[in-house]
Amino acid sequence: MIYLDNSATSFPKPPCVKEAMIHFIDRVGANPGRAGHRLANEAARVVYNTRELINDFFNGDDSLRVVFTQNITEALNVALLGFLRSGDHVITSSLEHNSMMRPLRFLEKSGVELSIVYGDPKGFIDPDRIKKLIKNNTVLIAVNHGSNVMGTIQPIGLIGKIAREGNVLFLVDSAQTAGAIPLDMQKEYIDILCFTGHKSLLGPMGTGGLILGNRVNCIRMNPLKLGGTGSFSEKEVQPGFLPDFLESGTLNVAGLAGLGASIQWINKKGIAAIRCHEIALTEKLLHFCNTMDEISLYGPKDAEQQMPTVSFTVKGFSPSDLGFILDDERDILCRVGLHCSPAAHKTIRTFPTGTVRFGMGIFNTPDDIDYACSALSEIIQRKKIEIWQ
Amino acid sequence: MAVKSVIIVHATSHAIKGEKKLKKNNISCRLVPVPRHISSDCGICLQIDTSKKGESEIILKRENIDIICIHDV
Repeated sequence: MIYLDNSATSFPKPPCVKEAMIHFIDRVGANPGRAGHRLANEAARVVYNTRELINDFFNGDDSLRVVFTQNITEALNVALLGFLRSGDHVITSSLEHNSMMRPLRFLEKSGVELSIVYGDPKGFIDPDRIKKLIKNNTVLIAVNHGSNVMGTIQPIGLIGKIAREGNVLFLVDSAQTAGAIPLDMQKEYIDILCFTGHKSLLGPMGTGGLILGNRVNCIRMNPLKLGGTGSFSEKEVQPGFLPDFLESGTLNVAGLAGLGASIQWINKKGIAAIRCHEIALTEKLLHFCNTMDEISLYGPKDAEQQMPTVSFTVKGFSPSDLGFILDDERDILCRVGLHCSPAAHKTIRTFPTGTVRFGMGIFNTPDDIDYACSALSEIIQRKKIEIWQ
Repeated sequence: MAVKSVIIVHATSHAIKGEKKLKKNNISCRLVPVPRHISSDCGICLQIDTSKKGESEIILKRENIDIICIHDV
């Protein structure tokens, strides 16, 4: 079986992830911050260690400004619904996933003004076009770092600098890039970094969060969830300090144990090595696709300018039919359709039918790609014969 | 004369961070329940030797850990 759906979630995970989770469930198991006994304190150490690993990994301002959520969709909702008010102006792009667009469209109905910068046919956003849209009531620029449809890597450092010079906060959706390419909150002028634990960070599903830079006045935000925090318990109001202000209820502590282990695995392996490996896989796939007249590629078509996420269509096949054949006959698993990003597909003119997406990852091998390319070649050849007959 | 002091912080996560940073600086500390006469919170706090009060305060402030108060026990 060849798993090429890492853009949805990474699989497999490094063995240490499962080991850390099993250790937590078997040996620790308690709820952090809800009691003062030794197991609760040990659970709290597990959570804090992952907070610190995340903060250091992305060069954030303070480990206590890492807020955990169950996924990046929740993190984006915490940030956007929490921060934006009627009359605020926010700038985003036409390449965004629905986890960004749906909250923004919802807020638009409540009086938040939304400007969308359109990407070029390869999916790149021009930072100057963002700059021209900044005005008096602009409070936020919110963009994805890497497209989940065609992998285009946005120039977030340039966009961040424009945001900083315009005195506007900068939010980055790192769903497709965190753990796969370097990401530094200080260097890229990021004020709010939303991340997911279960894609290239190689942790389990049910983990994610946001890191709030020091420029974000968190108390101005409305928490998405209010409730028990294990602190300030004598009061029936949300505590005014991080992370508790934005983090109510029991966390996925076993998941965070796994995420901590996966980040340590990535630190040991090195982002450079991961990137090098994934660029090589992407180059191999792009090269093959370019040799086939029946295959249309989308995005940068350049492994150095994109994530290991490649979208394509094949003449004579609907994406869903091809995806089914790949799975059913060839044991190749990928995702087809609109990938929860109608905006991105409209940008590259593949709406509404969508594309086939191969999402490669660190545990894919060159042999996997060779096999997938051979499979595509044979399927296309078979179709040609059927047509001739 | 007090031998031990407790450093009260806002939340468990702050106490855990404080524990890690104090231990990194070779200050022995223990996580203990917040004394009831100080606060009714269900939280934990950091118990240190009273002789290390000043040094601990400097370290925790440097690490952006907000200290509510320090009590001698």
